[in-house]
Amino acid sequence: MDFKTFVFYFLSAILLFAAVRVITARNPVHAVLYLVLSFFTAGGLWLLLHAEFLAIMLVLVYIGAVMVLFLFVVMMLDINLERLRQGFWSNLWVGLPVAVLMVAEMALVLTGRYFGAEALPTPPPQPADYSNTKELGRIIYTDYVYPFELASVILLVAIIAAVALTLRRRKDTKYTDPSKQIAVKRNERVRMVSMPAEKE
Amino acid sequence: MNFTIPDLYPASAEIFVLIMACVVLLVDLVAGKSRRWMAYFLTQLTLIGAFAITLFTMDGRTVLTFANGFIDDTFSDILKLVLYFSVAVVLIYGRSYMAERRLENGEFYLLVLFATLGMMVLISASHFLTLYLGLELMSLSLYAMVAINRDSAVCTEAAMKYFVLGALASGLLLYGISMIYGATGTLELPGVRQALYFNSANSKVLVFGLVFVVAGLAFKLGVVPFHMWIPDVYQGAPTAVTLFIGSAPKLAAFAMAIRLLVMGLFELAEQWQTMLMLLAVLSIALGNLAAIAQSNLKRMLAYSAISHMGFMLLGVLSGVVAGDPRYAVPAYSSAMFYAVSYVLMSLGAFGMILLLSRAGFEAENLEDFKGLNKRSPWFAFVMMILMFSMAGIPFFVGFFAKFAVLQAVVAAGHIWLAVFAVVLSLVGAFYYLRVVKLMYFDPPADTTPIRAPFDMRLLLSANGLAVALLGAMPQAILDYCAYAFIGGR
Repeated sequence: MDFKTFVFYFLSAILLFAAVRVITARNPVHAVLYLVLSFFTAGGLWLLLHAEFLAIMLVLVYIGAVMVLFLFVVMMLDINLERLRQGFWSNLWVGLPVAVLMVAEMALVLTGRYFGAEALPTPPPQPADYSNTKELGRIIYTDYVYPFELASVILLVAIIAAVALTLRRRKDTKYTDPSKQIAVKRNERVRMVSMPAEKE
Repeated sequence: MNFTIPDLYPASAEIFVLIMACVVLLVDLVAGKSRRWMAYFLTQLTLIGAFAITLFTMDGRTVLTFANGFIDDTFSDILKLVLYFSVAVVLIYGRSYMAERRLENGEFYLLVLFATLGMMVLISASHFLTLYLGLELMSLSLYAMVAINRDSAVCTEAAMKYFVLGALASGLLLYGISMIYGATGTLELPGVRQALYFNSANSKVLVFGLVFVVAGLAFKLGVVPFHMWIPDVYQGAPTAVTLFIGSAPKLAAFAMAIRLLVMGLFELAEQWQTMLMLLAVLSIALGNLAAIAQSNLKRMLAYSAISHMGFMLLGVLSGVVAGDPRYAVPAYSSAMFYAVSYVLMSLGAFGMILLLSRAGFEAENLEDFKGLNKRSPWFAFVMMILMFSMAGIPFFVGFFAKFAVLQAVVAAGHIWLAVFAVVLSLVGAFYYLRVVKLMYFDPPADTTPIRAPFDMRLLLSANGLAVALLGAMPQAILDYCAYAFIGGR
C-alpha cells in the first residue's frame, strides 16, 4: 500500500464517520459541524484526483459560505428534536428492510464489472504546469456557455421568487422617509393658534 | 484553443424572450402598482414577438449550436409555436381572476415568462445538461407561481408538496443521467444514441439508469405511480396558475419524453416501452376511476389529466415493434397530436372555471355548474363541447386524438391495450357527461350574471369552437405532427 492509497483510505474513513455522525448527532449544531468535516475530507479526496480547483471551491463556497449560513440558521431556529425523533424506532422496522433491499438490489446490478478500475482507465498524467482552473474556465465560457447562462437565469428566478414570496410591506413600521423630512414646510410643523388669555 | 462564437440565429427566440423578461422586470419596477397593465402588455408582446421569430426562422433544417447543447428542428419549432399560443391564452383567461384576488403583480408575469423560457430550452435541448437546466428553470418558476397566494394555507401546502416531490424527481432524473453518462461517456443526446448503436456491452448499467430517467420523467408528466402531487397542486393553486400548469408544461413534458427516450435512448426502446406500458395502464385506470369520486371540478380535471397523460404515453410506447422502427413516425406524431389537443381542451375547461369565478368566489365545485344553461346557454354549449371532446365522443378533436393513438397501438400489435384503453375511456365518459347533465337538467343554484372581460369571452368561445371544428380536419393536424418528426430527421 503506497502513501496515496493510505491517504485515500484515511480520508474515506473520516468522511464516512463524519457522514454517519451528521444524522446521528443529538445536537443539531454538532451535526452541522460534522457536515463541515465531511465536506472538508471530501475536498481532500478531490485533491487526490487532481481536481484542485474543485477542492478549493468546495472548501471556500460550501464550508466558508453555505455551512456558516446553515450554522446560523440552526442556531437561530429552536428545533424540537424530541418531536423530530418521534416514531423513529417504530418507522425503522418498515424503512430499514426496504432500504437494505434497495441497496442490495443496486449492488447486485452494479457489481464491479462495469464501474471497476478496468472499465474506467486512469487518465494520462498531466504536465506539472497544467492548470485545472484555467481549463475549467475555458470550457465554461466556450463550450458550456449556454448551460452557464441558463444557470444564471435560474438564479435570477430564484431571487425573483424569493422576493415575491417573502417581501411584505408592513403597515405598522415607523420608518422615516428622508426626502419627505427635508421637504417639510414651516407651517406644517408649527400651527399658530390665537386664543384669548386665560386665568389659571 | 480556438473559440468561435456559437451560431446564435437558431436560438434567437430564446434570446428574445430572455431579454424581454429582463425588460419586463425593469419596467414593472419603475411603473409601480397603478400601471400593472404594462407588464401584462409587454408579456403578451413578448409572446407575439417570439411567435413571429420562431415562425420566420423555421426552415425545416436541423441545426445544432452551442457545442451541440441546443437543437433547432421542425419538432421544436412546431411545439414552441403551440407553446407561445397556449401561454398567451392562459394570460388572457387568467388576468381578471388574478386582478380580482390582488395577485396580479409583476412577478406573476415574470414567472410566466421565465417558465416559458424554461420550456423552450427543454423543447430544444439536445444535451442532458441543457435538458436538466430547462426543466429546473420551468419547475422553479412553477413552484413559486403555485405559492403566489402566500396568505392561503392550501396554496402554500400545495406548493410545498410540489416543491419537495419535484426536487426528489429531479434527483432521480439526475441519478439516472449520471448512470447513462457513466456507461456511454457522453452527455449529448445524439452522441448517446450513437454510443448505444455501436456498443451495447454496458446494457445492465444503461437499463439501471433508464429506470431512474423514466421515473423522473413520469413524475413530470404526472402519471401513476408518480401522480400524487397532481390533485393537490391542481386544487390548491390559484385557478389561473392551475390553468398554466395544466396546459403548457404538458407540452414541455412530452418534448422531454421525446428528447430523452427517442432522441437519446432510442436503442433501448424495448426496455422503456415496457416501463411506459405499465405507467400508461395504471394511469388510465386510476385517473378515470378516481375522477368519478370527485366533487371538486379542479380535482376531477386533475385526475382526468392523469388519465390523459397515460393515454398519450400509449402513443409514445408503440413506436418500435420487435426492433422494427417502421411505425415510429405515426406513433410519435399521434402522441403529439394527443398532447396538443389535450392542451387545447384543458385550456378551455379551466377557462370555464375562471369565467364563472368572481371576486371572493371560486366556481370550482360541480354544483357551481348546475343550470348553467339557464344562466348562459352559449357558455353551457361551449362547456358541453369541451366535455364531449375530453370524453372522446365523435366528432370532436379529442375523439380523433384518441383514435390516432389507438390506431398506433393496434398497429404495434397491442390489441388488449387498445381494448383496455377504450373500456376505461367509456368509464371516464361518465364523469364528463355528469357535468353536462348538471348544466342542462339541474336548476341553477346560483343566479349571479356572468361577468367577464370581452377578450376572454371571445377567446373562450373561439377555444370551444376550435375544439369542435378541428375535429373536422384531424388529418391536417396529424400531418403537421408527422412533419414535425420527419422534418426533424
